[in-house]
Amino acid sequence: MEKFTTVRGPAAPLMLRDVDTDVIIPMRRLVGGGGDLSRYAFEPLRYGEQGADGPENPDFVLNRPEYRNAAILLAGPNFACGSSREPAVWVIKGMGFRCVIAPSFGDIFYKNCFQNGLLPIALPLEEVERLAEEARRAGARFAVDLEATEITTPGGRRVPFEVNPARREALLRGLDDLGLTRQREAEIAAFQAADRKRRPWIYEVGA
Amino acid sequence: MQAARTLFDKVWDAHVVADLGSGLALIHVDRHLLHDLSGPGALGALRRMGLEVRNPELTFATPDHGVSTDPARAEDTTAIGARLLPALRRGCADAGIRLYDIGAPEQGIVHIVGPEQGLTLPGATLLCGDSHTCTHGGLGAVAWGIGSSEINHVLATQTIIESRPAQMRVVFEGRLAPEVESKDMILWLIGRLGAAAGSGCAVEYAGPAIRALSIEGRMTVCNLSIEMGAKIGLVAPDDATFEYLADRPMAPKGRNWDRALRNWRTLVTDDEARFDREERVDASAIRPQVTWGTSPAHTVAVDGRIPDPADAPDQSTRDAWRAALAYMDLRPGEPIEGLAIDRVFLGSCANSRIEDLRAAARVVRGRSVAAGVTAWVVPGSGLVKRQAEAEGLDATFREAGFEWREPGCSSCSAANGEVVAPGERCVSTSNRNFIGRQGPGARTHLCGPVLAAAAAVAGCITDLRKLEA
Repeated sequence: MEKFTTVRGPAAPLMLRDVDTDVIIPMRRLVGGGGDLSRYAFEPLRYGEQGADGPENPDFVLNRPEYRNAAILLAGPNFACGSSREPAVWVIKGMGFRCVIAPSFGDIFYKNCFQNGLLPIALPLEEVERLAEEARRAGARFAVDLEATEITTPGGRRVPFEVNPARREALLRGLDDLGLTRQREAEIAAFQAADRKRRPWIYEVGA
Repeated sequence: MQAARTLFDKVWDAHVVADLGSGLALIHVDRHLLHDLSGPGALGALRRMGLEVRNPELTFATPDHGVSTDPARAEDTTAIGARLLPALRRGCADAGIRLYDIGAPEQGIVHIVGPEQGLTLPGATLLCGDSHTCTHGGLGAVAWGIGSSEINHVLATQTIIESRPAQMRVVFEGRLAPEVESKDMILWLIGRLGAAAGSGCAVEYAGPAIRALSIEGRMTVCNLSIEMGAKIGLVAPDDATFEYLADRPMAPKGRNWDRALRNWRTLVTDDEARFDREERVDASAIRPQVTWGTSPAHTVAVDGRIPDPADAPDQSTRDAWRAALAYMDLRPGEPIEGLAIDRVFLGSCANSRIEDLRAAARVVRGRSVAAGVTAWVVPGSGLVKRQAEAEGLDATFREAGFEWREPGCSSCSAANGEVVAPGERCVSTSNRNFIGRQGPGARTHLCGPVLAAAAAVAGCITDLRKLEA
């Protein structure tokens, strides 16, 4: 997994609430088979009525020239609510984002982020709105430092954020959960052996 | 004396394999369900990593998202089915995973099949690569949806890394009015509390109106927990739960049943246990609900009016309401009743169980689907379909002009191409009315089976009582 240390650049303010994973990556694109899906990211918002087969919607914030190279996404409450589809994370990364800052997240998306080197940061709504204001100024550049758990705004203001220490460590080192858990096989086996005595019906399925 | 614990605490504590520090725990997974969208990729990924499925005997699969529900379906009726099904079969056969395959009577929507087969058990942890896994909480299981990386993790280790979620309890006091369904309870709750009210929480539903629900009704309530942002929804198991489970094919038998039952009877929240948030609501005040917008929180009573963005509590809600009104082609202040519709979809893991079909059939019996309306019934599983046919419900639906289809997810996620056309208005018993969810440009109104059946007959959103007046 790609490590996360510090990310610098413009931040794109997509300040809608409840942007769901069907909007982030529509099902028909998921099942369309193969290829880079990121051109379909936010398809219903990003393009006109013909979707990705037609022209872009110039009013959509992520289509504006100043945010084309943004590495940080600022989003509204309940960002990426809805389905468990992990490609929602993939396509946001595919657009070049490494960090999403929102007041709250869909829980499954939030967890999926850590498996893919995308840093989700939850901050109070007022703080995200203030960052969005700053992001709209010409030439605004931010820095997100995971080591220091701190955002630096274009004006030099420092905004601390919280992330689970173990999740932070894994992101800094580029580790996903699977590698860590496989080192605990003995504990899993011991748990199952003891649990089988406590709850045999779980293991003897249908018997 | 041991500290007072919630139902959730008791289940969680019994599944901690290791404390990983920083508030994270390694949690044992008792049941892992795969479907056709999630299964083939994960089994392939595991093979590429050189890893084996650690506990294939605790893992079960059924195809649902990609399969056609056409009455004359074949495996390759949908392109996605043709691609995924052989891969799912091969992966399951190689790993020794039991597959309820297309054509078998047990096949169906994974969240219908699990409880129906007795795979879902009180006090068990159950994971699946689908956000509506919270459905299984209706039986007192602790169940939640995971992404593809975590599916790989569960397949390889039979565990998951989780932080203990915050806990919320919603107590439904009083009794439901006769025409009000379990779907109305949860839509009403989401409308009242918001689509992020339960963010990341485990929510226990309690109170007399929950106790009075059938197990299927409890599953419907739990199903939409995720639409309130919650990770997990659950109801304490009781005699109704045990009765539901007895003699299910994969439920415990004999001595195991007796032991399980003793354990299951302890799965209640202690009187003194605390929740991070508690809501007490009056179930008797709930009217039949329908959504007007593009979030399950955009809910009104069927005799209510479409809200005005000017009345929104804050700017982001105002913007969301405006965008939703435009997408749904609606005007603020209009009554939702009388809104003409093009389609009715009766199905999905929210509402495709036998009781749902019975409730809808009661409305439909002796009536006809309105001219110009396409109405589908998609039973949740082959067994639901078979039961409905034994009761003659299929004839009722067919005679009224409904299509009687094969089991699958169908137009809920529209992964199989069974889409609602752009601009069409569909009354749907599913759980998501997101932009484009049922197809690009599709307009979805969520409700329970009774209102959906009434809409099919009336050709518009309507209060059942008006239909019967």
